[in-house]
Amino acid sequence: MSTASDQPRAGYFGPYGGQFVPETLMHALDQLATEFAAAMDDADFRAELDRCWRQIAGRPSEMYFARRLTERCGGAQLYLKREDMNHTGAHKINNTLGQALLTLRMGKQRVIAETGAGQHGVATATAAAVFGLDCDVYMGTEDMRRQRLNVLRMELLGARVIPVEIGQRTLKDATNQAMRDWMASCEQTHYILGSVCGPHPYPTMVREFQCCIGREARRQMLAAPGRLPDVIVACVGGGSNAAGIFAPMIDDDVRMVGVEAGGSGPALGKHAATLCLGAEGVLHGARSFVLQDDDGQTAPVHSISAGLDYPGVGPEHAEWKRSGRVTYTSVTDSQALGATLALSQTEGIIPALESAHAVAEAMRRAADMSGDEIILVNLSGRGDKDVTEIAEILERREQSEG
Amino acid sequence: MSIDNNRLVRTFSDLRQKGKSALLPFITAGYPDLDTTAALLAGFADRGVRVCELGVPFSDPIADGPVIQSSYTAALDAGITCEQIFKTVRRFRDATNPAPDGSALRSDLGTATCDLALLAMVSYSIVYRRGCERFCMDAAAAGFDGLIVPDLPLEEAGDFEPLAAEAGLCNVMLIAPTTPPERRYELARHSRGFIYFISVAGTTGERDKLPDETIAAVRELREHTDTPVCVGFGISRAQTVRTVCEVADGAIVGSAIVHRVTDNAGKPRDELVRTVGDFVGELLEPTR
Ligand SMILES: Cc1ncc(COP(=O)(O)O)c(C=O)c1O
Repeated sequence: MSTASDQPRAGYFGPYGGQFVPETLMHALDQLATEFAAAMDDADFRAELDRCWRQIAGRPSEMYFARRLTERCGGAQLYLKREDMNHTGAHKINNTLGQALLTLRMGKQRVIAETGAGQHGVATATAAAVFGLDCDVYMGTEDMRRQRLNVLRMELLGARVIPVEIGQRTLKDATNQAMRDWMASCEQTHYILGSVCGPHPYPTMVREFQCCIGREARRQMLAAPGRLPDVIVACVGGGSNAAGIFAPMIDDDVRMVGVEAGGSGPALGKHAATLCLGAEGVLHGARSFVLQDDDGQTAPVHSISAGLDYPGVGPEHAEWKRSGRVTYTSVTDSQALGATLALSQTEGIIPALESAHAVAEAMRRAADMSGDEIILVNLSGRGDKDVTEIAEILERREQSEG
Repeated sequence: MSIDNNRLVRTFSDLRQKGKSALLPFITAGYPDLDTTAALLAGFADRGVRVCELGVPFSDPIADGPVIQSSYTAALDAGITCEQIFKTVRRFRDATNPAPDGSALRSDLGTATCDLALLAMVSYSIVYRRGCERFCMDAAAAGFDGLIVPDLPLEEAGDFEPLAAEAGLCNVMLIAPTTPPERRYELARHSRGFIYFISVAGTTGERDKLPDETIAAVRELREHTDTPVCVGFGISRAQTVRTVCEVADGAIVGSAIVHRVTDNAGKPRDELVRTVGDFVGELLEPTR
């Protein structure tokens, strides 16, 4: 008997992906997939997206040789893809500009988004302001507390930030609420999902909108230093900045490392290392890896960085893990904090706590590699949003150390 | 196993023969506790309910509004697991099934024998984690007759449908207001037991009135299928049950009932069961 699983299906990456959502959303997903496919075949759409990336996001982002950090690690050369220098401060704007243009194409007037670190919320609010769309952003109250600067930015940009008081009051809960909003509003509202997660077509679409990172990085590396890196390192929350830099070089002879949030330890509830420590499961519309208990209930997660504090991960990463194409590892809260200080003080760059996870892994690897090898780090965002939280953590640490 | 002798299928064909429709109460399994769940089921059956839905608590129910969400959270906080729900259903069946000699086996639930058709409303996250085949076998062995997996749309259900059927379970599919016409007929062809027609785009929750389009859409759908059609989401009072049952085979009421369970959660079990049962009795009136 032939079943659906005999053939590769749209929206699947090996056994992962799919559309595990209520019937109410199926029509909207269908419409989105059709519109996205048509847009990608439309030269005018691509030209307009390129223009937005250039004039609004400020692309291309720099490729930067981190000389003093390299010296400090005493090994491989460290290059940084400077997504932190994009307008709004992270890679998230690449995706929201693409989805906002799609929103216009679909004739919808309102967008909604979930946000953890607030970067995706700010990027959505920015795109909404540029194109004159109504914008509501769902955010857990714990994240509103630790990313207060971004809450204020969203409000200044004219978006409404809707506090989410359920569950752990972080990214997963904000995503639930955004999906519930969309259940009732999908005829007039587009849901701008912020990572390569969720039901098809989101994982494919968000990856495509983030691939500008990897395409530029490839070109820039070939120009100077004149060859591709030996290793690319990126942090993985849902996995969009990582997918964006990996995918355009996936067929090249380059090792790739995804870095998850190791939090404060390997016990369930203490980390957000979904691929490293989770199991196959279904969450937010896709079959992938998840952190859940034996009964299929989503587990609590923890990370110092709100943007990595999520119990799921994009299905294409699950497939890259399965095939062995990408290696996944994790970095703890305190290692990420250490990397934040190191990068700030050697290069004058305060990284987002999310991106600091990638920096920490790169520093660890660089020390064991030779001086003619190259590690490219996707520096996905800047740390302005994190400074008060970091200051508080350092203060608490000083107090407890007496 | 086949579903020909499935209790849900039998119940709806009996109702159709008699020209009647059904009220399908939904309650959250294990809320506020498992014994209350069993007692509520028995109480509903006593009052004439023929089909009932049990919601399996889930941490991330995106199709549910605040009332059902918080009942799920409370049940999970109390440590309710799938295994415990299966055991409770098994116990309910053992306590209410007719013994071979025709007498009631026993009556610790204080009820006569009954043949209540039971459905589990369960997220695919939970089903997948247990293993689809194992989940279906365990649910059937516990005494469930059907499954509603609200986050398993047609495109993903290909492998699941035969597993449910082999276990003797009806896999009930949902149609939404946003579902295009051709797809409605396709879903109707796949659905077993009945078709769950979602009355409003959005999450579960009490609403005063259903959109007029819903009634017309259900009438239209019934011209295309022999499978019974039940309408749910947003129904909260007897008057709406009456309107729905003029065109549908059944009306599903969830949040309005769960909300009354919540209001009475601190009271003695008998009183909770009686109060909630009285409300279900009111909702049943239009189906008599
Ligand atoms: C700067 C930054 N990097 C990384 C992430 C994690 O998301 P993703 O894994 O989709 O890149 C976030 C999310 O908020 C972020 O703000």
